[in-house]
Amino acid sequence: MPQTAADDSSAAPPRGLSLRGITKRFGTFVANDAVDLDVRPGEIHCLLGENGAGKSTLMNVLYGLYAPDGGQILIDGQPQHFANPKQAMAAGIGMVHQHFMLVQVFSVAENVVLGREPGSLGALDMRAARSRVKELSARYNLPLEPDAIIEDLPVGVQQRVEIIKALANDAEYLIFDEPTAVLTPQEIDELMAVMASLRDEGKAIVFITHKLREVRAIADRITVIRRGRIVGQAEPGSSEAELAELMVGRAVSLTVDKQPATVGETRLRVKDLTIVNPAGAVVVDRISFDVHAGEILCVAGVQGNGQSELAEALLGVTPVSSGTVSLDGVDIHSLSPRETIAAGLGYVPEDRQHDGFIGDFTIAENLVLNQFHRAPFSKGLSLDLAAIDAFAQSRRSEFDIRTPDVSHLGSSLSGGNAQKVVLARELSRPLALLVASQPTRGVDVGAIEFLHKRIVAARDSGTAVLLVSTELEEVEALADRVMVMYRGQIVGIVGPQTPRDVLGLMMAGVPYEEATAPAAGQQEVSS
Amino acid sequence: MSTTTIPPAGPQAPLSATQHYVESAQKRRSRLSIGALIVAVGLLLVYLAFSTSGEAHFALSNVFDEVQLPTISVPGLPVVVTTAVLCLLAGAGFLSGRLRNRMPALAGTVGGLAFLIGFLTWGAAGRDLPFPVSNQLAGTLSVATPLILGALAGILCERSGVVNVAIEGQFLAAAFSAAVVGSLTRSIPIALISAMLTGVVMSALLALFSIKYLVDQVVLGVVLNLLASGLTGFLFDQLVQPNSATLNRSPIMEPIRIPLLADIPFFGPIFFSQTILAYLAAVCVAVVWFLLFRTTWGLRVRAVGEHPKAADTVGINVYAIRWSAVLTAGLFAGLGGAFFTIGSTGAFVKDMTVGNGFIALAALIMGRWHPIWATVMALFFGFVTQMASQLQTLSTPVPSQFLLLLPYVATIVAVAGLIGRTRAPAADGTPYVK
Repeated sequence: MPQTAADDSSAAPPRGLSLRGITKRFGTFVANDAVDLDVRPGEIHCLLGENGAGKSTLMNVLYGLYAPDGGQILIDGQPQHFANPKQAMAAGIGMVHQHFMLVQVFSVAENVVLGREPGSLGALDMRAARSRVKELSARYNLPLEPDAIIEDLPVGVQQRVEIIKALANDAEYLIFDEPTAVLTPQEIDELMAVMASLRDEGKAIVFITHKLREVRAIADRITVIRRGRIVGQAEPGSSEAELAELMVGRAVSLTVDKQPATVGETRLRVKDLTIVNPAGAVVVDRISFDVHAGEILCVAGVQGNGQSELAEALLGVTPVSSGTVSLDGVDIHSLSPRETIAAGLGYVPEDRQHDGFIGDFTIAENLVLNQFHRAPFSKGLSLDLAAIDAFAQSRRSEFDIRTPDVSHLGSSLSGGNAQKVVLARELSRPLALLVASQPTRGVDVGAIEFLHKRIVAARDSGTAVLLVSTELEEVEALADRVMVMYRGQIVGIVGPQTPRDVLGLMMAGVPYEEATAPAAGQQEVSS
Repeated sequence: MSTTTIPPAGPQAPLSATQHYVESAQKRRSRLSIGALIVAVGLLLVYLAFSTSGEAHFALSNVFDEVQLPTISVPGLPVVVTTAVLCLLAGAGFLSGRLRNRMPALAGTVGGLAFLIGFLTWGAAGRDLPFPVSNQLAGTLSVATPLILGALAGILCERSGVVNVAIEGQFLAAAFSAAVVGSLTRSIPIALISAMLTGVVMSALLALFSIKYLVDQVVLGVVLNLLASGLTGFLFDQLVQPNSATLNRSPIMEPIRIPLLADIPFFGPIFFSQTILAYLAAVCVAVVWFLLFRTTWGLRVRAVGEHPKAADTVGINVYAIRWSAVLTAGLFAGLGGAFFTIGSTGAFVKDMTVGNGFIALAALIMGRWHPIWATVMALFFGFVTQMASQLQTLSTPVPSQFLLLLPYVATIVAVAGLIGRTRAPAADGTPYVK
């Protein structure tokens, strides 16, 4: 800390990129409040903060997507004005977006050259585009096939295209916006290596994340942002607990208190389940497993390996091609969602904004979406609004849903509170089975703690829990057993103590026996 | 925890490479419905066979052609029965689900051609007049001309992310302007230019309200069609009709014979004795293909139609690209509209485009937003329309109203049954808001 402070004052024209007092408001909401941030060539500067803390807003200001309401952007001491991304790019700023800015049906080369296409007189020179990709890919050691179509590529490779796209523009300042959210553990390691080598080349890197482990692995400097304000700097050596406290503003427990599972009878039994998507691809391939009362079975895997389809098929929104699903001995594989819900299934969808929640409905209405048609919420043809309101009030206090009133629209809630509404709705009746997909995605650390507790409480009350998660932290915190899926098949069902790197390999399709063989030796070496 | 102990992941193959495919419920439904449709058509032919008698004559050349080709005569009943059997076999192939690889496409083609030949033979059997094959094909090109141009206009708009349901309105307005300007100036080129400008003005309205004011694009398209119909109707009643001698008697485009090529037997009169507009349409197909797939502008148009935000983040002005694409589309729609007046009788009649804009829209959707395939589909619709009018002149036992219905039935069957779901540009119809 004292070191960096000395650097700041001594260097006459500071090299690198500086943000000074950036303020950005949306209506009355202040997303960024006089934010200062510096990044110099040859360093990785982590911007750590919870979802909604203002990280992405800040970077969108820097990239010319938003106009700031106050403050200055300086490059090597010179003030800059970016009215659009083009000007930011011209100044050497490149961004690797959280949601990739890639045209899915275009080739790699087309995506890389888009916006500054080679060719003369308006004709497109695809040969030059291909060789440009090859050249960059060789120079930065990021293997890419120029003619591959983006939608056919795994996410890790798509991200490589994003990085090449930024580098193709000779970016000196690279912003990585939550780059690890969609990657496997192995891909994350590869990305870290790429970021380190770019740093060693002299690029200045801003790494935006809320994942403490990654910050500790790679950051040269750490700045923490909370509710739009910089709340401090942290040493790269800080512990995860220290970083979490700085980020959330209070001490948080990063582990979940849970007793060992007291496993009861089998509640969910899936046998030879096969699901075929509309394009004809087999997305779930003859899988069989059981979930017992009082246990949490985590489905781990990289996104897009059949977990979402499995969850949707259990609910009954995705048709099953073959196989059986029984809940408490009753076959439910051909039932409609209303029937599976009546059979005791609770469902927390992966994309709550889309599938779990209606933004234009009030919070109270959202809380009864799955049982409004039944007593006590419905009397004959009419809704009993008083009963709905009373129910919503009790849910609000029990689940700590932060809203001035349950008659406000659902869209007024933050991500964490919206997720609490979904969970409050699903957990408000006795359940035989809870299917929860990515229940804490996009939810801040404080709310995660609460949601995890509620899921464990449901387990302890005898509910069978099937939890789909791509976050290994979450799998480790909650699972009683871990089922790893890869390309629609079960790679293996293993215990919760399975080391992270073994799980990572299994998520890439390596069977447990093979994954443990080399990794076990390395475990001993490292410990 | 040190990250270096983890062995690096191996080279990653695309996920789809090892995924295996089986028939999904949707595919199965589509296969069964195609099979049932072809079988139904086969049964229709069986029914028609009972009313087939005598020989069917097919004339390969027009009486005015320089080279006269022989008229082919076939026995009616055996041909109709054979085609019925072929249809039934093709349909059974689909229903059995045992067709692999290219076989479904082959069976579909066989079924379609068999129906066509069987139906024509039935229509022509026992008639004194031969069925004019040459006229049929030449007429197909002519009828398809506005459809091709309209589809190209739609493709340019929709590839950039703006749904264009207003092709019909663009046609109508351009047809009106071509007739009036042609009557006043007595010049085909000036009439064509005026039609193109009218198309661009209609496009400008579409662009203004969809890109700038974010109006729902389908509703907007319908409104523009009503506007074109109402405005041309009003002007026609108040201005053109009372002065029809000066305002509604335009010179018309005559067929242009291309030297040498037009003398080729059979093909010459079909392909090389068309109006300037048909030749222009063929050139336009190539031009639009080149613009979309071989130019910088085309790459940007497609990017903006698929993922506007991605285009924005690399410094492309999404609005400017959409404006340019929609305005360019107006030129083609205008040319297509000119066909109905100066490519036909030279006079404007109220609502004379009678749904051709919507058939062009169907052609571009069935052609999967690709200029070449959309052209093929436009030719298909042209063929059916022309066949309906040819059969009418043969005085077949089918009521003429039913024959006039044929193109539209073909559109519905093709869009709903045979094509199924197609993939539109991802951002088609979605306004871009920063």
